[in-house]
Amino acid sequence: MHVPDGFLDAPTSIVTGVVAAGGVAVALRKARGELDDRTAPMAGLVAAFIFAGQMINFPVGAGTSGHLLGGALAAVLVGPWTGALCLSVVLLVQALFMADGGVTALGTNITLMGLVGCFAGYAVFRLVAAVLPRRTSSVAPAAAIGALVSVPVAASVFTLLFAIGGTAPVEIGAVLTAMLGWHTVIGVGEAVVTGLVVASVVAARPDLVHGARHLVDTQELEIRTAATT
Amino acid sequence: MRSRRFFVVGLLLALVVAGVGSYYASSHPDGLEFVAEETGFLDSADDPKTADSPFADYQTAGVDNDRLSGGLAGVAGVALVLVLAGGLAYAVRRRTPADTSTGPTD
Repeated sequence: MHVPDGFLDAPTSIVTGVVAAGGVAVALRKARGELDDRTAPMAGLVAAFIFAGQMINFPVGAGTSGHLLGGALAAVLVGPWTGALCLSVVLLVQALFMADGGVTALGTNITLMGLVGCFAGYAVFRLVAAVLPRRTSSVAPAAAIGALVSVPVAASVFTLLFAIGGTAPVEIGAVLTAMLGWHTVIGVGEAVVTGLVVASVVAARPDLVHGARHLVDTQELEIRTAATT
Repeated sequence: MRSRRFFVVGLLLALVVAGVGSYYASSHPDGLEFVAEETGFLDSADDPKTADSPFADYQTAGVDNDRLSGGLAGVAGVALVLVLAGGLAYAVRRRTPADTSTGPTD
């Protein structure tokens, strides 16, 4: 979903640039609450893995492909604020060194895939996790559903931005229908990858998963109570 | 799984996906590009301003072999992102152990 230079006009790109800069500034403060000596390396690893995952375009039919966006994945693994920072680093490297996503569209891409992707994915993850049993085995399915929803949500926000500041005179209804349709299918791929990766990490090191850590702590407390009484 | 082992396995996986797996990725346009073409606004895209970058389009400048060219770009990108994001995370992390931290594990 990397937006190139030129799709959106200058005023819209400036506004998304300000939104992205503000979001990153807040994330730098809030990520402090998510990161310590143990989880800081996890943030580097998650960002590196998402960069790699975004290189793998999978076909979704009719000559179209999609790839992992990674917002929900990052948010569940390292927390939404740290996740937004991870995605911002990935998008910065892609724009500057890989010519993937425009430099003037960097704010737009950080807003869409970093902020919207992470926070829409994380919000749905928390909602689903709240209704599922409080077990570590619920974390991966909840993350997958968060991922599934995050992609069409980001696609809708792009369409909204395009309706406001698109440079080409195109009928917005057609853009919205096509964007939502394709990105719902891509969201299924996003859900599969996110679910598998989160399940693997939860199986290996649940204590390193932001969205599972409270469940691990609870178990530890139970064991200790039983041991001391 | 020990922390060191976990991070080594994770990083190797990322390097293999970016360095080897990326060669097998679909070359079809992604969702946004496809929709832009279909609904008629693809031409409003400008040429990338960083098209002269040594890793533009996930290919390494001066390397003719497709497999090697894409693989090197992927590995370089993973390394760059790891250092930048990991460094950033270390810079903003809490220096003192968290209040909620339990037990002396690790």
